[in-house]
Amino acid sequence: MKNKEKRLMRGSEAIGEAAVRAGCACYFGYPITPQNELTEYMARRMMDTGRVFLQSESEIAAINMALGAASTGARVMTSSSSPGISLKQEGISFIAAMELPCVIVNIVRGGPGLGNIAPAQSDYFQATRGGGHGDYRTIVLAPASVQELYDLTRKSFELADEYRTPVLVLADGMLGQMMEPVVFNDKEILPEQLPDKPWTVKGAKDRPSRFIRSLLLDVDVEEEQNWRLYRKYQRIERREIRHEEYYMKGAELAIVAYGTAARIAKAAVKRCVEKNMRVGLIRPISLWPFPYEHIYKTAETVKHFMSFEMSTGQMVEDVQLGVKGRAEVLMYGRPGGVVPTPAELFRVISRAYNKIAREK
Amino acid sequence: MKDAATHYCQGCGHSVIHRLTAEVIEELGIADRAVGVPPAGCAVLAYFYFDVDMIEAPHGRACAVATGIKRANPESIVFSYQGDGDLAAIGTAEAVHSANRSENITVIFVNNAVYGMTGGQMAPTTLLGQRTTTSPAAAGREAHREGYPIKVSELLASLEGSTYIERCAVNSVRAIRRTKKAIREAFLTQMNGEGFSMVEILSPCPTNWKMSPVKSWKWIDEVMTPYFPLGVIKDSRKGSKKDAG
Ligand SMILES: Cc1ncc(C[n+]2csc(CCOP(=O)(O)OP(=O)(O)O)c2C)c(N)n1
Repeated sequence: MKNKEKRLMRGSEAIGEAAVRAGCACYFGYPITPQNELTEYMARRMMDTGRVFLQSESEIAAINMALGAASTGARVMTSSSSPGISLKQEGISFIAAMELPCVIVNIVRGGPGLGNIAPAQSDYFQATRGGGHGDYRTIVLAPASVQELYDLTRKSFELADEYRTPVLVLADGMLGQMMEPVVFNDKEILPEQLPDKPWTVKGAKDRPSRFIRSLLLDVDVEEEQNWRLYRKYQRIERREIRHEEYYMKGAELAIVAYGTAARIAKAAVKRCVEKNMRVGLIRPISLWPFPYEHIYKTAETVKHFMSFEMSTGQMVEDVQLGVKGRAEVLMYGRPGGVVPTPAELFRVISRAYNKIAREK
Repeated sequence: MKDAATHYCQGCGHSVIHRLTAEVIEELGIADRAVGVPPAGCAVLAYFYFDVDMIEAPHGRACAVATGIKRANPESIVFSYQGDGDLAAIGTAEAVHSANRSENITVIFVNNAVYGMTGGQMAPTTLLGQRTTTSPAAAGREAHREGYPIKVSELLASLEGSTYIERCAVNSVRAIRRTKKAIREAFLTQMNGEGFSMVEILSPCPTNWKMSPVKSWKWIDEVMTPYFPLGVIKDSRKGSKKDAG
């Protein structure tokens, strides 16, 4: 079985290894807990493979180095955690405007402010609404296992290239630290094997000179550029929605959760099902584009939803947009870096379920 | 250079500095490898004038963008083209650390002692006593309130990693010739793989200085150069000195 090597890996290593095997030629980063393992892994692996690793002077510098490297056509990655991702936002806006491919990993920690280093999901708004200034979106993928950290990081590089847009991988310290087996279901690509991109700035050899910019002083030109980006985002919305279902057949209450919260929810839902409760799970894998349509269709028969998040409630707004008033939307969240146990969530779901059953 | 009329004001130093940089690039035969990085500032539209590959940078981040390009594609000859607000205020960290890593890039640093693009506010290089829209006191910039003008070349020269740093001006034919030579040395430093090079150029901004072009040339001599002395500030090159001619 070629290419089907199974390895026990830590989450952060799986992200790094996926980047290396995707042909990532440059990594730029600045230390911040809980994502240092990824930066350190990249330092070793990029040096071993003769590629570019650079510890920058700040997250601002890192994202702008990534911008520069991306403009040469190289596959590039930068990673950080919440406060550092806030600093990168101006750069991400420029990268989106200039239509450069770039992979950005956010190992989310408790906030706001310096917060803490515990696992959290409180950067959902920032990630899914663009994050920086201007009318733009970034693709946001939310892995829930080490295998997915690998697969979705790899996928991020492909999506970034295909749509020439920044792609965010959203995880947390729990996923980053977790050890699980990973199967490489893909073929390694070396940076030099990647096809040439026709828009790069590497020196105008045997062709007219080019420039890449985001400044469009003429409002009509800027408007047209905005609509062009908008059409691209619509194309992404049509083609790149990913989600998973768990025990949704015949469910009366749908839990909606992603990432670490979805793992907890899976365990809690399993217990519910064992107790003959009709509870299922919808797990968005792409947070933007969000599976609105799927939730809308589900709400035709399922009349109760519960968004479960490690925040005071951010994705719940997308669930509401999805159901469009067709169903009740409940919310259960624990912010600040608290990771609820499956038993706790089971109790919360049971209470909600019994109330629904009583009211029927 | 492209066949285009520039948007620069009368007497502005940017067009001269563009021309000198473009001439050096052509004479060194590196036009097909050159990548320019103009950040926000009066020269942000430089890609309309330079006939080489270019990419805009966010305000202050030109050195970081240039670093990314050079690291990803070491064959290219990368130059940033930055104002004093860009390089010495919002982008100080990027400039210091690029120099300190001895990034093999060339910085064209245009010091006009004001923020030109945004309308003449105080810059980190605004001189003591100079009045701007944000240092409007009769006494102009005063150290106790607004601090001192930063000598960027000397600051970066103090770093182990910087290789070639020269300060020039463009307020006379002789000074312009000297500037071109300095730009050439800076690019040669990069071509020889010797690390970070920068040319700081004292450049007139008649519009925001509220002076005639002729008067602003004199102001550079009388007010700017006593504080910002001209000359080679640092040259730690090994190989390329013989090319200096
Ligand atoms: C983050 C950010 N802050 C502020 C600005 C506004 N801005 C554009 S150019 C500039 C300063 C220009 O001055 P300088 O760098 O000295 O260049 P000059 O225009 O004088 O050539 C400022 C403050 C911006 N574009 N981005």
